[in-house]
Order: sequence, then C-alpha cells, then structure tokens
Amino acid sequence: MAKTTFSIYRGDSEGGQFADYQTEVGEGMVVLDCVHQIQAESAPDLAVRWNCKAGKCGSCSAEVNGKPRLMCMTRMSDLPEGETVTLEPLKAFPRLRDLVTDVSWNYGVKQGIAKFAPRAPDAEDGTWRMQQEDIDRVQEFRKCIECFLCQDVCHVLRDHRKHGEFAGPRHFVYAAALEMHPLDTADRVEALKEQEGLGYCNITKCCTTVCPEGITITDNAIIPLKERVVDRHYDPMRSLVRGLIGR
Amino acid sequence: MAESFTHDHDVLVIGAGGAGLRAAIEAAAAGVKVGLVCKSLLGKAHTVMAEGGVAAALAHVDDRDSWRVHFADTMRGGQYLNNPRMAELHAKEAPERVRELEAWGALFDRTREGKILQRNFGGHRYPRLAHVGDRTGLEMIRTLQDHGIHQGIEVFMEVTVVELLKDGDRVSGCVAYDRERGKMHLFKAKSIVMATGGIGRAYKITSNSWEYTGDGQSLAYHAGAELLDMEFVQFHPTGMVWPPSVRGILVTEGVRGEGGVLRNKAGKRFMFDDIPDNYKAQTADNEEEGWRYCQGDKNARRPPELLTRDHVARCIMREVKGGRGSPNGGVFLDVAWIKPHVPGGAEHIKKKLPSMYHQFKELAGIDITQVPMEVGPTTHYIMGGVRVDADTQMSTVPGLFAAGECAAGLHGANRLGGNSLSDLIVFGKRAGEYAAKFAKENGGVQIDRAQVEAAECMVLEPFGRSAAENAYAVQHDLQNTMQDLVGIVRNEGEMAQAVDKVAELARRAAVVGVSGNREYNPGWHTAIDLRNLLTVSEAVARSALLRKESRGGHFREDYPDKDKRFGTVNHAIRKGADGQMEVFEVAVPTPSDELQAVIKEMG
Ligand SMILES: Cc1cc2nc3c(=O)[nH]c(=O)nc-3n(C[C@H](O)[C@H](O)[C@H](O)COP(=O)(O)OP(=O)(O)OC[C@H]3O[C@@H](n4cnc5c(N)ncnc54)[C@H](O)[C@@H]3O)c2cc1C
Ligand code: SF4
Ligand code: SF4
Ligand code: FES
Repeated sequence: MAKTTFSIYRGDSEGGQFADYQTEVGEGMVVLDCVHQIQAESAPDLAVRWNCKAGKCGSCSAEVNGKPRLMCMTRMSDLPEGETVTLEPLKAFPRLRDLVTDVSWNYGVKQGIAKFAPRAPDAEDGTWRMQQEDIDRVQEFRKCIECFLCQDVCHVLRDHRKHGEFAGPRHFVYAAALEMHPLDTADRVEALKEQEGLGYCNITKCCTTVCPEGITITDNAIIPLKERVVDRHYDPMRSLVRGLIGR
Repeated sequence: MAESFTHDHDVLVIGAGGAGLRAAIEAAAAGVKVGLVCKSLLGKAHTVMAEGGVAAALAHVDDRDSWRVHFADTMRGGQYLNNPRMAELHAKEAPERVRELEAWGALFDRTREGKILQRNFGGHRYPRLAHVGDRTGLEMIRTLQDHGIHQGIEVFMEVTVVELLKDGDRVSGCVAYDRERGKMHLFKAKSIVMATGGIGRAYKITSNSWEYTGDGQSLAYHAGAELLDMEFVQFHPTGMVWPPSVRGILVTEGVRGEGGVLRNKAGKRFMFDDIPDNYKAQTADNEEEGWRYCQGDKNARRPPELLTRDHVARCIMREVKGGRGSPNGGVFLDVAWIKPHVPGGAEHIKKKLPSMYHQFKELAGIDITQVPMEVGPTTHYIMGGVRVDADTQMSTVPGLFAAGECAAGLHGANRLGGNSLSDLIVFGKRAGEYAAKFAKENGGVQIDRAQVEAAECMVLEPFGRSAAENAYAVQHDLQNTMQDLVGIVRNEGEMAQAVDKVAELARRAAVVGVSGNREYNPGWHTAIDLRNLLTVSEAVARSALLRKESRGGHFREDYPDKDKRFGTVNHAIRKGADGQMEVFEVAVPTPSDELQAVIKEMG
C-alpha cells in the first residue's frame, strides 16, 4: 500500500505552520482515520476533535484541501490520488491548537435567540396534534448536527468577521425551525433583523453547498425568514429576495 | 501544585448526554445551583448517535400496549436479573417524559391522527419506539440542550473529571482538567450526579466513541461505590464490517423493524432455525407472517430477526464461524427486498432510514436500496454500572447519584433497544430531583487538600516520563485483550488470562509517558483515560468469570445453559480495604406482588 503525505497545520492561538506526515492509507479509510493513525505513529499530541466517527455529532469539522468538511465522512478514495492532503482548522473561528478551533461563540449566539414557546396544549389528552406534512420542513432543519461548516464557509463571518452582528447560517436554520414549528408562539422577526443581522446574507448559497446534512439552508430557511422581515419592514434586500423566489 | 480554578455548586452533574442534561434540568428546576461538566462540546455526547427510537408505552399505534406490557417485556429481555422496581418506574414514567420532550420542542414522526408515531423494535411486543427517522438521539439531545441552556445551568465544556473527592463517607466534589489549556479545576458540590455513559472503548470493535472509557463506573468505584452486573455487555448484532476502518459502526435495529432480513451466503434466512422457547409463542414461524408484522398487521407475530440482541448476535456468530458468512466476515442484512412490496419503493427506504442510507453510501459506497449490507456484532452498551437505589438513583456513597448508561439495574442481563433513551429521561429526571433534595437537606462539605493534591499529581505524572510506555499502545493492547478474551463467546481459561493481562497492562499504564504540552493534547488524555478503562475491564472480566452460566449478554461456551441459581443473584463489585477488587453476590430484589402478577400474566 502506498504512503500518502499529509500537510497538517500545527500551532496554537499565537501562530503555527504546516508539518508533513506520511502514513499508509488502507481500504475505505477516511481522513479522520489517517489523522488517528498519525497520532498513534508519530504525533501523539496532534489535536483533533471527534466523537462519533459516523457523521452524526458534527465534531470533526476542518478544512480538507481548503474545503470545509467532516473528516470522518471524507473518504481518502474521493481525494486526488497520490497528492498531498492539506488539513487545517476552520477559518471562521479562533484557533486553539492544531485542528481544533474555539467554537464557543456559536453557543452564545444560540442562547441569544428566543427559546421555544409552545401554545397551550389543545388535544383532549393534554398534548397536541400535528400532521406529518406540517412538520416535514422543520424536521429538515432539525437534522442539523452543529458542525458549523456553514458558518465557516460564509463570507460574512469568514472574510468580513461580522461575528458581533451576524448570527450565521446555522442560527438562521435554528431560528427558522422555531419560527416554523407548528406549536411555537414567540416572535423572532425583529431580532433577526436587528440583532442577528439577517440582512447581511446576500444569498450566495455557499452554506447550502457544504452542509453535510443536505439542509437547503438558503432556500428553505433563510429566504422565508427574509420574507418575514420584508413583510414587516422595508429591507434593502427586498427586491433581490422577491426576484429570487420569483414573485 | 494548585488548581487554577475552583467552583462551588449544590449539584454537579458529570456528563451532558440525555441523562446528564435531564438531571441538570430537573435539579435547576428545584432551585439549587447546578453545574454541568462534559468531556466534549455540548450536544456531542453519545446520545446524539442513537438512531432507532425511545421506548414508551404511549399506545398510539397499538392500543393494547400499556406500562404493564412494557414492564414485562423489559423483565423478559433482561432475563429477570433486572431491578423490578426500576423496570416498573421506567415503564410507568417513560410516556410522560416523552410527552415532556414534545413540550420542549421535539418533533417526533407522526401517526395519521397527528400523534407521536411508534415503531417496532426487538423484544417489544407492540410498536413502542417514538422516533424521528433514524436520528432520534439527535432530536432528544438537541431538545434537552436547547431547553437546558435557558435554565440557569453553568456548563463546563471539554472538561474531564479525573477523581471524586470525599468528606468522610459523603461525596464532596471532584477534580478535573480542561482540554483546551490543560488547567486543573476543583469542583466542590453537595451532591454529584454521574451520567458519563458506557465502556465500549475497552473493546476493539465497538459502536462507541472515544468518550466511552468507563469514567463514571471507575471513578465511583474508586470513591467507594459499588458496581453491579458488570459482566453484562451488549454486543449489538449489526455493526458495519466493511471497509475495515468503519468496522463496528452501528447499523440500527430500525432496519430490521422496517422489514430488513438476515441471510447467510446461501441466501437462507437463518434466524428461523433457532427461536428460543420462551419467545416461540410471539415469533413468526414463516416469512410471510414476519413481513405482515413489519407492515403493522396486529394479528401477525414478529419475525425472528427482531428477537433480543444477545440472541441475534450469537446466531450471526454461528453462521460466520460455520463458514456460511459474507465475504468480509459478517452476514447479509437485506432491506432492498421490500421495494416491490411498499409504495414508493427505494424512496420509502430512504425516507424511513435516511442516515443508514447516507452512512452506507458515504462510507462504503453501497446503496442499501439496491444491495444487501454486510453486518456483524459490535460492542454497544453495558447493562452494568453503578449500583443505585431504584427510586432515588443514589449509589452506595451518600450524595453520589448515577443515571443513564453508567448506572445499573434497569436492564438486567440484556437491554431492549429503545430502553436506553427512555432510561435516560426517566432516571435522569429522578437523579436530578433527588440530588437536589439531598443538597438541600444536607449541609456544606469540606474539601480535603490531600485528596485534591493526590489527584492532581496522578494526572500530571505522565509528563515526567517522556521516554516510557506509549498510551496508545497500551490502549490498543487492552482493546485486543477484551475483544479476544472477554467478548461475545467466553470461557474460564480465556477470562482468567484476561484478568492477568489487564493486571500486566495496568503495570505498563503506570509508566506511560507523554510528550508535548498540556494544551489540547490527546496523547495525555489517552494516558489519563487508561486507569478507567483498566478498572472497568477488570470489573467485566472478574464478574464474568464468576457467572458460570449463560444468560443475556453473557454467553459462556463452557456453561452454555442458564443456571437457576444464578437467576437469583446479581454480581456486585467494590474496592476492598486492601485496594483489591472484590466481587460478591447479592440477591436480585423480589418483585412486589402486583409486579409478580404482571409477569405471570404477560408470560
Ligand atoms: C450508535 C448508537 C445507537 C444507539 N441507538 C439507540 C436507540 O435507538 N435507542 C436507545 O434507547 N438507545 C440507543 N443507543 C444507546 C444510547 O444512545 C446510550 O446508551 C445513551 O445515549 C447513553 O446516554 P448517557 O446520557 O448515559 O450518556 P452519553 O450520552 O454517552 O453522555 C455521556 C456524557 O458524559 C461525559 N463524560 C464522560 N466521562 C466524563 C468525565 N470523566 N468527565 C466529564 N464528562 C464526562 C461525556 O462527555 C458525555 O457528555 C445507541 C447507542 C449507540 C452507540
Ligand atoms: S447564503 Fe447567506 S448565510 Fe449562506 S453563505 Fe451565503 S451569505 Fe452566508
Ligand atoms: S446547518 Fe448544516 S452545515 Fe450548518 S451546522 Fe447544521 S449541519 Fe452543519
Ligand atoms: S466525528 Fe462525529 S461527525 Fe465526524
């Protein structure tokens, strides 16, 4: 079996550089397997986050050859054969060490979004009735594994560093799930415009492209939220939104 | 040496899976100051991986279901080694806990009348598992997380607890380090809830993540608490077997619930060959009836693929060992065959089993709507754990509670699928409630500096031994030892050998060295985890040695049958005065008259 070279970012919040490692790539291996093998063979202190190794927890996000991906779901056989594989941490968040970044900002943003507030139960048994077709869309949003790849790829965070004013696609998906929940009664429209900076999104759809859960972030979450804002306010994006949704 | 941070709480919850989050929410509701510590980020705990569903006798799909049937199913599945009071509380309270999740925002799949839909699962007589496709655990942990962050709980992410502290007999806090900077933390608490999950990383082939190093069981044991039922490890019958790097990743039982069938290389549905006597009356004896069951025919009996996990796992092993397995050492699990029999064909499969479809497509390049999967047993769950009081979840150490996978009692010798997620919310809630009560009723605690310093010393020692033993190598050898010697099929000689090997590995672990510094250093973390892995491995091997029979998850080729005498005892474990591990027998609690009547009636 051939050895493959990995160029991995090693460093901390102060800075760092890429270091090369070679390891043997076996059948069916994913990038995370290679990282683990490198840890066991030659770099025991190589920092990486992971949990499930099955694309379910959203811990192992990194940039593989410059693209935001889950390392546990990136098969080596899908990368160009014989070429060096570059691994580096997400760029939208502060670096901690090697492939690990500080994603705590996301947890703070979520906490700032008004929580679920159901209407009073209205079925005889003290619960609610909901039809499957009324929850299909929200279930799509609730597939989110909080990998923050969409946050990483979004230029508003990645390039313009608007972390103080912009919640990012993950949290628009979260807000949309609450807003479209058949039982919810809270109103998040004003906050989406004023605090969460929905207006900064110019619908590039990069977030949708990287989402490992295949959530149609832009079309199904962001655009309907923008519509709600537009319906209540004048918004500079109005004409663009209307244009995109064909109205 | 001194810790960098100290914290003071009424109730400290260790672990932020379903059990820990539910406990923290309940404790906070009681008005006490609550801290929540977890090894990884919030929302990433093992619970996120659960697929098939959460068991609760809501009776939405079959109105014959009730807590009594659920109770009887749980006892039968556990081969009557369960704590009957826990099984009763669990069956009675699970429906309320599931409805509560809905009130907190969870969106389960619906029936036509708009109620929570329930699906079939192994060992459950009626469709009982509330679910969201095959990502139920994600729905559950996210619901608890999103609710929990608004309850005033102080959360410490990526902080690992390494030792519990005592004030006399009573627990008084713990010592931990944070992964990010490697700084030491001292937590002072009036009561502690352990909710750290399982031990799967002690085995080579497992569905469990790096977190499952048995910390809760081990820390409680070293703090003087008793463990129970540690010989009962659940090997899930269907893990992926190919490609090698994904070996062990779970293939949900939901596949079989939807009609997936097991075949050997000759295409034979071998599960019909061996149906245990106590399940004969409720199991289909032909393929046609089994399929009707999967489609919801209430008069049909379930297919043998949905027998309990221990049994299905052994049948698969038998096929593989007999040379009738699939090319990569498993058997075939075929769900593609149902296509012509369901509206929507391949789309139906994708809708019902989206993450399985995804998982095989991405990791193995296989389309499960077209071809059979290859599957084999994988280490999945531990029925044993910290011995607790059925009602309060308090361990034998005052002030120390345990809930979820790290506690014992509910599942006996074998856990039914779906009974873990319900366990988490039922007993997580109880643990939180009683831990808060304990904190309110008992005064403050004193921290013993000597204990703190000993713990900090233990954690930092490996840095002084750079050239010594490698932590990854010791972990690797331990996983092979447990897999080969204390696996699905066990015998006296191999297990005795395992006990010796674990002792030898403990000697190697004592000289493990670590390079690099303290910031986010996985080599160091692995070194620290070794003590816990070794402790639980020894506990599993020692209890298994003493159980000279086969029952549930514990199968011995030298004692292949059940032994009546062992049917009345659980194995408990404690740390002896000399520091050696002691295993002793305790009587299985007798069910109340009412419960005995239920067991009799339900068969
Ligand atoms: C792939 C898979 C599928 C499953 N499917 C189902 C299913 O369909 N239905 C079902 O009922 N069950 C299922 N199970 C079982 C079930 O998911 C687990 O048993 C359950 O989620 C365990 O929950 P818990 O709250 O006890 O622990 P976990 O969710 O594992 O949480 C443990 C927590 O403890 C923390 N922790 C551990 N050690 C320390 C320490 N030393 N210091 C600080 N924190 C620590 C971890 O960080 C984590 O937050 C499945 C399991 C797997 C692996
Ligand atoms: S569509 Fe909007 S949120 Fe998504 S990446 Fe583009 S700008 Fe960011
Ligand atoms: S929306 Fe998709 S990409 Fe964004 S965090 Fe969730 S799963 Fe990840
Ligand atoms: S490790 Fe969980 S998503 Fe990759």
